Amino acid sequence: MYRSHVLVCGGTGCTSSGSAKIIERLQAEIDANGLHDEVQVVKTGCFGLCALGPIMIVYPEGSFYSMVKEEDIPEIVSEHLLKGRIVSRLLYQETVTDNGIKALNDTAFYKKQSRIALRNCGVINPENIDEYIGTDGYQALGKVLTEMTPDDVIKEILDSGLRGRGGGGFPTGRKWQLAKDLVKGGQKYVACNADEGDPGAFMDRSVLEGDPHVVLEAMAIAGYAIGASQGYIYVRAEYPIAIARLEIAIKQAREYGLLGKNIFDSGFDFDIDLRLGAGAFVCGEETALMTSIEGNRGEPRPRPPFPAEKGLFGKPTVLNNVETYANIPRIILNGADWFKSIGTEKSKGTKVFALGGKINNTGLVEVPMGTTLRTVIEEIGGGIPNGKKFKAAQTGGPSGGCIPMEHYDIEIDYDNLIAIGSMMGSGGLIVMDEDSCMVDIAKFFLEFTVDESCGKCTPCRIGTKRLYELLDKITKGKGTLEDIDKMEKLCYYIKENSLCGLGQTAPNPVLSTLKFFRDEYIAHVVDKKCPAGVCKDLLSFSIEKDKCIGCGMCAKQCPANAITKTDYVAPGKKLPALEIDTAKCVKCGACIEKCKFGAIVKK
Amino acid sequence: MKSLAELKAIRDRMKGQVDVREENSDATRIVVGMATCGIAAGARPVLSAFSTAVQERALENVAVVQTGCVGLCQYEPIVEVYKANGEKTTYVKVKPEMVDEIIDQHIIKGNVVTKYTIETSKLV
Repeated sequence: MYRSHVLVCGGTGCTSSGSAKIIERLQAEIDANGLHDEVQVVKTGCFGLCALGPIMIVYPEGSFYSMVKEEDIPEIVSEHLLKGRIVSRLLYQETVTDNGIKALNDTAFYKKQSRIALRNCGVINPENIDEYIGTDGYQALGKVLTEMTPDDVIKEILDSGLRGRGGGGFPTGRKWQLAKDLVKGGQKYVACNADEGDPGAFMDRSVLEGDPHVVLEAMAIAGYAIGASQGYIYVRAEYPIAIARLEIAIKQAREYGLLGKNIFDSGFDFDIDLRLGAGAFVCGEETALMTSIEGNRGEPRPRPPFPAEKGLFGKPTVLNNVETYANIPRIILNGADWFKSIGTEKSKGTKVFALGGKINNTGLVEVPMGTTLRTVIEEIGGGIPNGKKFKAAQTGGPSGGCIPMEHYDIEIDYDNLIAIGSMMGSGGLIVMDEDSCMVDIAKFFLEFTVDESCGKCTPCRIGTKRLYELLDKITKGKGTLEDIDKMEKLCYYIKENSLCGLGQTAPNPVLSTLKFFRDEYIAHVVDKKCPAGVCKDLLSFSIEKDKCIGCGMCAKQCPANAITKTDYVAPGKKLPALEIDTAKCVKCGACIEKCKFGAIVKK
Repeated sequence: MKSLAELKAIRDRMKGQVDVREENSDATRIVVGMATCGIAAGARPVLSAFSTAVQERALENVAVVQTGCVGLCQYEPIVEVYKANGEKTTYVKVKPEMVDEIIDQHIIKGNVVTKYTIETSKLV
């Protein structure tokens, strides 16, 4: 047995900042110091604090090393692992106090979090089923198969108040009940939506990478509840680490008899296969996802019939999101009352958010429903960098909307977000500061939906394109007030007439920015100005001649040779001032960065 | 695997090991001096023995950690046991063979194994 465990994050974030090399070097140093029988290196899933990667935690001390470099490894091994002297200069500075080192769970980032779906992420080795079992893994499946009837299971999930974490928020227990009762008997399926496509969202990836068995266990429980013997996980091919770990997990679960025939000698058979998505956003929509699993082109089909009645291959199907499944085993083990005690009246439990954009602690956080946006951004997220002011947060990705300053204290749950025109979505949370142009943001999301529209129905295929063109016109300073009205009308038309969720929600970023930041649209249209200084066509660069010392640094930097000398020498300066030829200027902003005298202005 | 008993057996075997990764401020702490003097006197096998013994028994709320030089180099390997109530016991010249006895008597039953402590060793 090992006296010390060194956990190194092997999630996508830390892998791309070099954790694989660190693990290799760590193992080599441990071997060189003869510690291989005493110290275990564990490659885990995501710890959540991706901004500080690569991350390493040494137990039993619980020392949290952040931004570890390969060169630091010999010191950590010879000082900490061999002699027990913690290398404090490499610790996450939040954990270092005057009175020594405080526990990770007491730092601002983790203190207000409450981890249910992510509870094993960054704790266990996802490639070792024994470690999952060591944290009560597969106990819930055992309990369900030996002590509960399918109706008991469904009642427990219904009572817990769990709602779908993929964005829609439909009660999970209700979905299972429909799949069990609408059609009696026959072939049924359980499917997992792991086609996480919102820009900036990576919650599901982290669960799959850090704790793949929890999804397998929950799907088997769902299979027992509705009477299905086969499950499919639809995961995007862009998640290679998640796929590799799922494959290992499925293999191990089969070897242990936790998937396959006659599980726990109960007569219940259940197996799971993977299906890889080719990266189409629309395949995250449930009917398109199922069409794709069937081997057809990923296009949505009209509902009803809903999947609970006629889903995969025309059979009743339960389709839940990864994070939803990650909550199930805990609910079975701890009971519906425990789960119900967390969260708000209509939204129970916790929600995982992927924090991104203008925020210090980029990463994954899991908070109880009802936590305020301010707490998530200011306390857990560590606020906005460079002392900039909060402007808005975008939730729900291309289907969602923005939350402005006036709703900074909103308690985040399904219903509150819908009430202000946004939505929970899968959990992407992008923070914007005063330098973000809201028209440009709306245009960014529209560009995404135009690209990803599958083309099956006209309102979405053509409507989003026209909407994008109107936005583009406004950001180029060619828009009119009538265009704004036209856009609003078009938004409602697309919402009401599109076939699937992608089109029905595509106008949301436009509608919500129009609702909260109409003045910015008007500034673009009437004053021909971009207040945040983002839209290039509405900007002009000029040199304040009295501040210019004529050093020429800006001219050297200019890629368009747009900066030339004038005849004017400012009072007290030795060289003639420079000026910008606006006809040649490409508005790249390179000159502003070089000027040490603040002589160049952007308007 | 066909029974819950088999699953529980794996869980119980793994639990002690995974528990190493928990932080608990009111845990009993077994602190082993691992400075040069301690290592030279044979502290490493002692540390491993404590760690293994705690995990094998899946003891909750017990942490085995290292520390630097305790200052009594001639009595190394030195092991200090801190109970949650602040009580501290210092064992000196500890050998791996003593570990099971210290765990079973002191950590589990609460009876200090006085024959190994610093007082009994007549340190003046």
